Amino acid sequence: MNKRKRLLSHSFGITVISILMGFIVGAIILHRTGYNPFEAYGIMARGVFEKPKYLVQTIINSTPLILTGLSVVFAFRTGLFNIGAEGQFIIGALTAAWVGYFLKLPPVIHVVVVFFAAAIAAALWGGIAGFFKAKLGINEVITTIMLNWIAFYTQNYFVTLESFKKPDSEASYAIQNTASIVILEGWKKSQAGREWLKNHPIWRDVLKTDFNWGFLIAILIAILIWYILNKTTLGYELRAVGFNRFAAEYGGISVKKSIVASMMIAGALAGAAGALHVMGVSHKVSTLATMEGYGFDGIAVSLIAGSSPIGCILAGLLFSGLKYGGSKIQYTMNAPPEIISIIIGVIVLFIAMPRLIDAIPKAVAKIMPFVSRRRGEKHVG
Amino acid sequence: MLDNIGIIIGITLMYATPLIYTALGGVISENSGVVNIGLEGMMTLGAFVGAAVGYYMGNPWIAFLAAGAAGGLLALCHAIASVTFNAQQVVSGIAINFIGPGLAMFLSRLFFKGATMTKAIDINHKIPKPLDPIFEGLSLQDSFLAQIFNQYATVYIAFLLVFAMWFVMYKTRFGMRLRAVGEHPRAADTLGINVYRIRYICVILSGVFAGLGGAAMSLAVVSLFSPTLISGQGFIALAAMIFGNWKPQGAMGACLLFGAAQGLVVFLGGTSIRVPSQLLSMLPYLITLIVLAVFVGRSRMPKADGIPYEKGGG
Amino acid sequence: MQHIDFKSKVVEMKNITKVFGNVTANDQIHLTVHKGEVHALLGENGAGKSTLMNILYGLYRPTRGEIYINGKKTDIATPNIAIQQGIGMVHQHFMLVEPFTVVENIVLGRETTNFGGVLDMKKATEDVISLSEQYGLYVDPNAKVEDITVGMQQRVEILKALYRGADILILDEPTAVLTPQEIRELIEIIRNLTKEGKTIILITHKLKEIKQVADYCTIIRRGRHIDTVDVSAVTEEELAAKMVGREVSFDIEKKEKERGKVVLQIEGLTVKDNRGIEAVKGLSLEVYEGEILGVAGIDGNGQSELIEAITGLRPIEAGRVKMNGKDITHCKPKEIIDSKISTIPEDRQKRGLVLDFSVAENMVLENYAKEPFSKKGILNHGEISQFSKELIQTFDIRPKEETLKARILSGGNQQKAIIAREITNDPDLLITAQPTRGLDIGAIEYVHRALVEQRDKNRAVLLVSLELDEIMNVSDRIAVIYEGSIVGIVDAKEADENRLGLMMAGGGAEE
Repeated sequence: MNKRKRLLSHSFGITVISILMGFIVGAIILHRTGYNPFEAYGIMARGVFEKPKYLVQTIINSTPLILTGLSVVFAFRTGLFNIGAEGQFIIGALTAAWVGYFLKLPPVIHVVVVFFAAAIAAALWGGIAGFFKAKLGINEVITTIMLNWIAFYTQNYFVTLESFKKPDSEASYAIQNTASIVILEGWKKSQAGREWLKNHPIWRDVLKTDFNWGFLIAILIAILIWYILNKTTLGYELRAVGFNRFAAEYGGISVKKSIVASMMIAGALAGAAGALHVMGVSHKVSTLATMEGYGFDGIAVSLIAGSSPIGCILAGLLFSGLKYGGSKIQYTMNAPPEIISIIIGVIVLFIAMPRLIDAIPKAVAKIMPFVSRRRGEKHVG
Repeated sequence: MLDNIGIIIGITLMYATPLIYTALGGVISENSGVVNIGLEGMMTLGAFVGAAVGYYMGNPWIAFLAAGAAGGLLALCHAIASVTFNAQQVVSGIAINFIGPGLAMFLSRLFFKGATMTKAIDINHKIPKPLDPIFEGLSLQDSFLAQIFNQYATVYIAFLLVFAMWFVMYKTRFGMRLRAVGEHPRAADTLGINVYRIRYICVILSGVFAGLGGAAMSLAVVSLFSPTLISGQGFIALAAMIFGNWKPQGAMGACLLFGAAQGLVVFLGGTSIRVPSQLLSMLPYLITLIVLAVFVGRSRMPKADGIPYEKGGG
Repeated sequence: MQHIDFKSKVVEMKNITKVFGNVTANDQIHLTVHKGEVHALLGENGAGKSTLMNILYGLYRPTRGEIYINGKKTDIATPNIAIQQGIGMVHQHFMLVEPFTVVENIVLGRETTNFGGVLDMKKATEDVISLSEQYGLYVDPNAKVEDITVGMQQRVEILKALYRGADILILDEPTAVLTPQEIRELIEIIRNLTKEGKTIILITHKLKEIKQVADYCTIIRRGRHIDTVDVSAVTEEELAAKMVGREVSFDIEKKEKERGKVVLQIEGLTVKDNRGIEAVKGLSLEVYEGEILGVAGIDGNGQSELIEAITGLRPIEAGRVKMNGKDITHCKPKEIIDSKISTIPEDRQKRGLVLDFSVAENMVLENYAKEPFSKKGILNHGEISQFSKELIQTFDIRPKEETLKARILSGGNQQKAIIAREITNDPDLLITAQPTRGLDIGAIEYVHRALVEQRDKNRAVLLVSLELDEIMNVSDRIAVIYEGSIVGIVDAKEADENRLGLMMAGGGAEE
């Protein structure tokens, strides 16, 4: 038991040290290029925590990241690298926009239908990579990269369709109001709502954002995924395949089915991210000039989360806070906000090198007696 | 008709070129046993450095080499992580894909007054088309032959590099050793071959090539860097390398296929033929998927590709 | 022995100690080898033989101790230095680059080149041919290594060392994968080499080979130097006693027993290996209640494929498998497990355990989906850990902690955990492949007793092993597999080792 605990805290320690290293490297770069890192980090922190609406915006932005992070984590637990969360997100978003616009359904039901349609479409999309891996043994990293681009151009193609494309724009029509998950959307635009909000500026600020149910749903999904992985026979099978597919096969678990199932669930999670994003924030899909990066960011989130579903919530919030707070250094101190990408990259790089981080305390331990001897202290043992 | 074919082939070569450099980077790294999914980030940084140095120095060749150096430096991070510290190579590559573009745009804002797009390089300071005078002398500027053969110097260099890479990999001592390291590093180690050194060299070279590929984009195909300039070409190059069965000549063929799709999109955009360009752009990825499925089992990845080597372990 | 030059000590290792973390693999070991000598290093698996030789070859650095080569103190920091000192090593797992040709493998790291590092393969090929003729080591220089036999690959390894000018050759378990003919040829090669003045260090745990070919033998036990003996002056039994540290009785107590009805029936089974070549060819076999049927054979004659086919892990091309009269030919692994077949797999870390699962999770690998361990898809962790605690107690698995990862357990305890799980499944047929590989003597006895116990409970046991001694000691009947077919079945009591050996090499079918 002790050993197990130590291992757990150990990997948590690696995450903390990696995050610290990311900030240190970021600070060095900022300093070298003539910006005060303390000022920059201060602005970033205030940019997240100073006002309730900032915090709300951070939470809103974290929703797709938590879910794409979960998607990567889920596949990873079955030993698969889901580089395809990006494409699955696109398929989810596209399906959500399509179903949200064309179907006319009563409020809550419409949301549920859109959500599941998007999740199922993205599950099938992810399942393609699973099928290629299970049946043909083709590395999922390759197929998911291909599928990302196919999804990318699929969305761009659909956005050109006459019935779907809003004239004079590079985007689709907005989804029906019945499919929106923005909180109090109708009320905050009504007479009474505006009256009330006028007298409650904090709430007015908060509701000015796209404050929506997405985050809550993401948390519920994260808990559900934790439960599936750890408490169900399905989770047992998927983890067994992830750790050792040969032993799993020997134990009577169908490896192929598990791989397809895992990729489908991973796809569904990324698709859910797309759906919640469309229903809660964007309300439409646009022509993509370049990848939006929700899926790739999800990979970083999953790595920072140490492939724990609950960790994804924290890592998603961290990531979202970094990006949102980081964007503010541009306006206030004219510093490049891309420092955030560098910091995130450095964090991931250090997470990839547990061995380096392991070496740090040893190196410190080597130096320590030397230092204390110089201080003239006696070293016992 | 003939001219149209010429145009398509010309565009194909132009667009295939950045991919070829980068795919060659993938070939050398992965044959030595290090997966390099970070090509995208290295290519982006190379594209920026090429454009920036080209703009400020006015010499495309210095810019081109600087781009290679930048890519190589970024690749050094990948090498340190994945060779020395046994990092998960895909993870380390993903980190590179955050750092590369982040650094490119960060630096762009510093050097171009807060803009993530660099200023365009003067047309005379782009990579030259060395055969221009010849075709002009023969008054063949717009002929079929010129469409195909009058290319930016980077195009010729790319094809020379493919040959050079093939020669080095299969006909020289270094090539034999690097393939041995990618297949069976312990065997190479027991024969006194320094696995770490070879992997370092190959990973750094892969960054150099990816950097050159980025610059081939920003110094020849266009004349500036913008955040969306590379957007995914590094991944396409990676796919081309796999499609090309981890061989330089194969990767080149795959890059030409991807370039051809691009060529068709550009060409058809200028005609009255109505084919959705999005579907056309999608084609190479679909073809890659289908080819992978049909030729399954035929592709042979270096056996130790992606596996960190530990001296004395196991 | 006439070619030993006692005046010249080519290798002297003094007080060699090597510590890995908390484990002392070598503890002040001495080794002296003279020129022209065949010196055997004898010890059980994990005794520290390979570590010692890896130190001599520069793959590991000793924690303490000194090495003298030809009387000169040498710091062998890398294999390169070892090669310069004339040391060559043929590893147990061949260090060959499979898609490379024989010549490419031999010259790798010491290539003949023209200007600028361009390879001169023509010259290299000529060199290799003349070298192979000099020592009588025939090879096809342009064949790809992945296409040649294991025996040939071993020759390539020896040539590799000779090409580097090796005078001292370390052979690590060279006969483990060879057929008896190939072993005979190897012994001939070793004699040729010593005649040419080469020195051979032979790592092995096979006493017979030591008696056949070695001049001197150094015995290592648990990392310590036990003795160095003149091989002609000791018996096999004496060597064995030194190796394990006590008198060994190879026999196992076993009551007479009548076998019952047929449990497993295999008819005309044909199975392909990973390369698509038929590894099992029209094999027929029956296993009865209350018997242990041993399958003897050299590695690579279709044993693994046979087991994988029975257990549903590998597709069957032709033939039928029946269990208790029921056809299970194309069934899935799950259905085969449910037809009361349990398997102790060949590779316990690859097939038998999910090393990153807890011991408890491993204990229900086949039964996690059954009550009481789960209900409607939801696991019952309480039941699972209760069940595991019982097994840990009953089978004395250590450490006694079901939440630990299986990875932390020693090899012997991992094997105990698998046996516990498989036996508790209450099978009618227990299949075991190489159940004692890599285990120490104590654990081996434990496993053998467990097998006999199953037989005594009237279960059928199919034992596949590469260790002929194990087969002969434990089995009731012995089937010999050669090139994917059963070439003969004999009663264990009447079995004769020499005759079995001949059959294993395809030499003599059943009369």
